[in-house]
Amino acid sequence: MNLIGEKITYKPDEQFHLNDVSFNFKKGNLYTILGRTLSGKTTLLKTIAGLLNPDQGSISFEEKDFIKIPVWERNVAMVYQQFINYPHLNVYENITFPLEQRKLSPEQIKKDVDEALKTVGLVGFENRKIQELSGGQQQRVALARSLAKKAKILLLDEPLVNLDYKLREQLREEFKRIFSEGLSQDTILIYSTTDPQEVMELNGEVIVLDEGKVLQKGPAKEIFENPSNLKVAEISNDPPMNVLKGSKNSKNLNFENISLEIPNHFKNLEDKDYNFGIRASEIKLDENGEEFEIELAEISGSETLLHLKRGNSKIIALIEEVMNFKIHEKVKINFNANKFYAFREDEKLVSSPYGGTNG
Amino acid sequence: MSKLYTFLKYFFITFWTVFVVAPFLWAVSTSFKDFQSVNSKVTYIPWLDFEPTLEGWRVLIKSPAKGGVDIVEPYFNSIFVTCTASLISIVLGTLAAYALSRFTFKAGFVRNNDITFFFISQRIMPPIVLSIPFFIFLSTIGLLDSLLGLVVVYIVLLMPIAVWIMVDFFNRVPKELDETALIDGCNPYQAFYKVVLPNSIPGLIVAGMFCIIFGWIDFFFAFILTFTEVQLLPVKVVALNSSITPWWSLSASALVSVAPLIIVAFIVERYLSKGNLSGALK
Repeated sequence: MNLIGEKITYKPDEQFHLNDVSFNFKKGNLYTILGRTLSGKTTLLKTIAGLLNPDQGSISFEEKDFIKIPVWERNVAMVYQQFINYPHLNVYENITFPLEQRKLSPEQIKKDVDEALKTVGLVGFENRKIQELSGGQQQRVALARSLAKKAKILLLDEPLVNLDYKLREQLREEFKRIFSEGLSQDTILIYSTTDPQEVMELNGEVIVLDEGKVLQKGPAKEIFENPSNLKVAEISNDPPMNVLKGSKNSKNLNFENISLEIPNHFKNLEDKDYNFGIRASEIKLDENGEEFEIELAEISGSETLLHLKRGNSKIIALIEEVMNFKIHEKVKINFNANKFYAFREDEKLVSSPYGGTNG
Repeated sequence: MSKLYTFLKYFFITFWTVFVVAPFLWAVSTSFKDFQSVNSKVTYIPWLDFEPTLEGWRVLIKSPAKGGVDIVEPYFNSIFVTCTASLISIVLGTLAAYALSRFTFKAGFVRNNDITFFFISQRIMPPIVLSIPFFIFLSTIGLLDSLLGLVVVYIVLLMPIAVWIMVDFFNRVPKELDETALIDGCNPYQAFYKVVLPNSIPGLIVAGMFCIIFGWIDFFFAFILTFTEVQLLPVKVVALNSSITPWWSLSASALVSVAPLIIVAFIVERYLSKGNLSGALK
């Protein structure tokens, strides 16, 4: 009874948009697709919706070949990153549109629409024109239309990306509530995003996509704690995880003329060259630390992002307070060795502070 | 500075208004004159300068047997040909434009843009180049000097305008709107007439307006492709100009021939001022 995709490949031009993607989505679960822009997220959702036909591979749902079923009979719902509503209809008519298309009884339609309006918090907006609404409200209408349909597959394609910061935070909170309350156990929810924080907060099963290829699948916590390779580590962290080329010998970890004591989880590691990974938040300012040169300092909200350089290595440190730095100034920082990741030369994870390895 | 600007602004608006409206006023005034008032001295204001008469207007509806010119039949011919050709052009042009905007066509080296250019290229050619082929074509199929033949030719002339305007319009309607309609249970035809078409009304109005204007004012093809059976208004109006120019009935017929365009302009202007043409879709 699952939504199963096997070896889906879509290559309309020189580049792969989807490359050998397989998945098995179970009802009542939330799946997030994490990937950078142009990684194939939208293509995957459109393929599931039926707007695109893959060149190879199969999709089946409830034991039926999904690819043979045209879009308008698939009973899916999709929310786009652009706020797509029907501009010639008002809010109420927008939400009834798919229900009338399915020829439901007027009582049923009224009930479903009222329920959806309540869920997204747009009661009282029924007769408004779409153009009179703010971006956030427009996206709520689109979400309400998708919820009212009670589709078995609900696709959300970066629904928050075009909203401003504040609204995004607010809607994200609401999404969590809506997903836990407003959806039946029959629904498969697929949510695509570029934002690792959204993935962690929604806390579903994650698929990490890059250049049309699945890099890793697993629960959000697993992706965060044990990214299977350097690419995943970059994509699933914001700012991306820092990478330092270095080596391990019997006594120390060495990179850029810095030596660190070997942390416990590296004890069994072979002595050779590695790519060490460290999150920006695990780097602290420290008078007794190592000297780096500031290339750029960005203040965002209550945090300061320091772009640092030493030798050939460039790293980003996240300082949890607002500080003023001068460019080219030298600062001393300290690495938390207990939070180091080790990736092989071929970028596969060999050791993580949370105990995961890739062999 | 701003005072000077305001002054200049109103000065030019006034100047332009006079420039545009004066010929109309002249035509209105002249249409009520007779031979005497036109040729004796310069006169403008009826009753004061000259004695107004309806003779210029009466001639237009009198049959030729009674010394009139009877523009009634050409008038309705023109309305019929313009409306029919515009309607067919809009319907076919909109469908063609939607296809060109949404689907990808490949035939040898021909792509969507080439097809769009083919349509527009029909208007790039000077009409005189088309006149001989049209003449031969219509005489071969026996439609020379007939309303149907004119409708066919006008469709060829008007459809490129409709396609051109509507392709541009559809390109600005997000593709995701059609896709949402499909996802919401519409088949492609329903998506077109339930969602895309209602949101394209501003484009349809603009395209329709251009088709009607270009169809209505055409003199060249109406002149070349008709002789005695069928006459269109522009040809008839010009034909009024005989050895003695009857300025009064010429003015009257000019006024009735621009009247439909003025009505169209007023209707469209209402849509323009409501901001409906700027488009609800961003």
